[in-house]
Amino acid sequence: MAYVAVKGGERAITNAHKWLGEVRRGDTKIPELSVSQIREQMSLAVDRVMAEGSCFDPELAALAIKQARGDLPEAIFLLRAYRTTLPRFGFSQPVETAQMAVHRRVSAAFKDIPGGQVLGPTFDYTHRLLDFKLAAEGETEIDSAAQSYSEMPEELATIAQVFEHEGLLEIDGVNNNEDPPFDLTREPMSFPAERDQRLQALARGDEGFLLSLAYSSQRGWGNTHPLCGEIRMGEVSIGFIPDELGFEIELADVPMTECIMLSGFASIEGNAPQYTRGYGLTFGHNERKAMSMSIVDRALRARDMGGEVTAPCQDEEFVLYHSDVVEASGFVQHLKLPHYVDFQADLQFLRRLRSEFTQAKDALNQSSNEETKVAAQ
Amino acid sequence: MNEISEIKIDNKPPQERYYTYAYLDEQTKRMIRRAILKALSIPGYQVPFGSREMPLPYGWGTGGIQLTAAIIGPNDVYKCIDQGADDTTNAVSIRRFFATVADVATTEDTAKATIIQSRHRIPERPLQSGQIMVLQVPQPEPLRSLEPRETETRAMHAYEEYGLQYVSLYENISAYGRIAATAGYPVMIDERYLMSPSPIPKFDNPKLDMSPAILLFGAGREKRIYAVPPYTKVRSLDFEDYPFETQTWDEVCALCGSDTSYLDEVVLDDQGNHMFVCSDSHFCAERRENGHLGPLAGHSLAQKSDDSNANRVLQEGIAK
Amino acid sequence: MNAAAATPLDLSTLLPGFSEPARQSQSCFRLIMDATALPGSISDFADLCLTPPQGIDKAAAACLLTLADADTNLWLDPALRNSESENWLRFHTGAPITTEANTATFALISSIESAPNFGEFNQGDAKYPDRSTTILVMVSSLSGGTHLTLRGPGINDEIVIAPRGLSEKFWRERDELVAHFQFGIDLILSAGSQLVSIPRTTRITY
Repeated sequence: MAYVAVKGGERAITNAHKWLGEVRRGDTKIPELSVSQIREQMSLAVDRVMAEGSCFDPELAALAIKQARGDLPEAIFLLRAYRTTLPRFGFSQPVETAQMAVHRRVSAAFKDIPGGQVLGPTFDYTHRLLDFKLAAEGETEIDSAAQSYSEMPEELATIAQVFEHEGLLEIDGVNNNEDPPFDLTREPMSFPAERDQRLQALARGDEGFLLSLAYSSQRGWGNTHPLCGEIRMGEVSIGFIPDELGFEIELADVPMTECIMLSGFASIEGNAPQYTRGYGLTFGHNERKAMSMSIVDRALRARDMGGEVTAPCQDEEFVLYHSDVVEASGFVQHLKLPHYVDFQADLQFLRRLRSEFTQAKDALNQSSNEETKVAAQ
Repeated sequence: MNEISEIKIDNKPPQERYYTYAYLDEQTKRMIRRAILKALSIPGYQVPFGSREMPLPYGWGTGGIQLTAAIIGPNDVYKCIDQGADDTTNAVSIRRFFATVADVATTEDTAKATIIQSRHRIPERPLQSGQIMVLQVPQPEPLRSLEPRETETRAMHAYEEYGLQYVSLYENISAYGRIAATAGYPVMIDERYLMSPSPIPKFDNPKLDMSPAILLFGAGREKRIYAVPPYTKVRSLDFEDYPFETQTWDEVCALCGSDTSYLDEVVLDDQGNHMFVCSDSHFCAERRENGHLGPLAGHSLAQKSDDSNANRVLQEGIAK
Repeated sequence: MNAAAATPLDLSTLLPGFSEPARQSQSCFRLIMDATALPGSISDFADLCLTPPQGIDKAAAACLLTLADADTNLWLDPALRNSESENWLRFHTGAPITTEANTATFALISSIESAPNFGEFNQGDAKYPDRSTTILVMVSSLSGGTHLTLRGPGINDEIVIAPRGLSEKFWRERDELVAHFQFGIDLILSAGSQLVSIPRTTRITY
């Protein structure tokens, strides 16, 4: 009886949730994962959940991953719903990524740049061969990397600083506007969107969606001719000025990934031609996201650069309205809620159309039969 | 201003004490409340609001839930329906949420409710003065299927350019001989703003016109709130030669015999047999209690669908 | 813009606000919402436990405590500026006080004679008419004045109100503004513990 499945009632829901709990735990003969194990050993998943969840808290993100059985969009949703209940105290000072404690920094634009290329912990240049040693029970020995932190300068010049004296790269990121930055977690989208709103939407946006958009741009659907100026990953300190103190205090050191993508030159506001840039920044270590974000950011500037908006990745309404995984997942999946009232309304309409069609056809047949009879007589 | 301490200290299990009254923090409630007042002051106009992530997914009633959370108080009596029924799973889930976070009495009785939250239906029993109807809205923009860009549709509302909507209805008439919209049928509010009544069947549209209740509409994912105050003119769009008409059935409700209510079709087997029953579960149950009998009165569907019963039927269903 | 923000608050004589913010603001909001949904009907805050400073009606105070916060600019008429009332509102709502009428989300007027022309307040935008100012006007009484007949959304046929102390000029000025609907201002009149709401859709004959 299909009807009953819809009207499951409260006990059916409770039982479904219990079942879910059992499935989440899996075979109880296997030891349970701890939140700290997830935080430490699935750190890139934790980073993604924090970035798209708009909430930096590795412990909560790891808990969300555990509760969501490893489903990251679900974990992102859990973290966002929790975030809703938190009061907002204000907004931080802009982060100074130039002063990042760098773990990794690479530039594709130059063979070497001041401070050098720092490879850091990366999958790049690993051979993607399953490492069966990891499947072995028990702790395997880990070769630690030779550390040479003493040689790292306190502050690594950014690609923008390298270009600065020649003026080859547009200077941006300076917000002379005294208004507080746009905050999508408190205000709805508004169009035309300023860059702060766009960047926030991209930073919260679904990694897969932004990756595909960036890819589509590279393949010619709104190409920005990107060149990876710099990627850096490491800890940045977050400063905050509480109203009651009036001076800046340091809240935390937060790992972040930043990408500056150099794009085709343009003459902006009548200045000499310069490289333009796209910008990407995410919590944690996530280069795929930061790079995709920087390409899409630049593509979305097509209008500001006097270009024509022709491709999906350049269309801010298209990109910003469809990049949020929590919104998208909710709406696509709401289709499994009962819709039988609207379906009934449609069905009734369709039946009426069909019966009118049949009647008309019968009437036509009848009259042509009669005509045939008349002709036969 | 002491909002952080606004944590429930009662005998609820510890995991439920982490949240403030009605889930939302006070600043969020104020923002939603301001949006509600502007929505009532400009009937039918969609007020943008800073919709929050709720513990239910977008598309599952987050707009309605945020409206309810912003207005509900311990003296309210809350009813929640989905497809007209109190016992559909999502309605049960939302009702349970508010019973937990807002210490509110819940009911299935339309007459006793002060707040009625609904997805896709307006109850059959006429709404009364003092009641608040909260409707969950998936797509607040009536013009969205005709124009995907918000920047365009917002301008159309600003300058009252609704020609596109009429053209679309007229195209229906050329194709099907009548207006094809069956649910979410567009309405004009106080002869100014074109509004989506949410995906209620057009059968329910006349209930909106000059209703004595406050009608609030919430779209969480699309971040819009709109409203129709009591005693406001709500006109379903039509043409002089193609007037607005609602659905009618040849059948009556198989359980209670009603010939005035919106009917759901229940498939009985795979041989094409079906029955029609009231979509409004409480309306139907009340009629049966008052002795009204339909042609299939006594069918297992007519049993009161309390939890133990629903579960039993579910198990029987599985056993079969 | 925040002329008052720099001056420190004098907390020594400050009266309390809501004792239970979540519960009280919820019940106050319902009274305000009912008033807005039913223009011309009187909402009474007599049961509310709140003693605002002299100079603000209980109903107007309840409105602002319920609706105003750090995200809403509050405009006060000259008679209320730098007063105990201003201190009280600033402390309990956190709302920035503005002297520019067109940036105000809420405006509180204690003396209609010294108030600016309504046209100076924010009338909203064609695409975003909700951005307009909500103006609270404190009057001596909601009865005993000239009879005004109200019609429009929220009113079953018609309703008569008779607030005291508002001239015909006041209503004409308001009529001129709301004639350009969807632009317009939304009015709340308060006296003591009572208030009545007159949104821009209400048509008035006098």
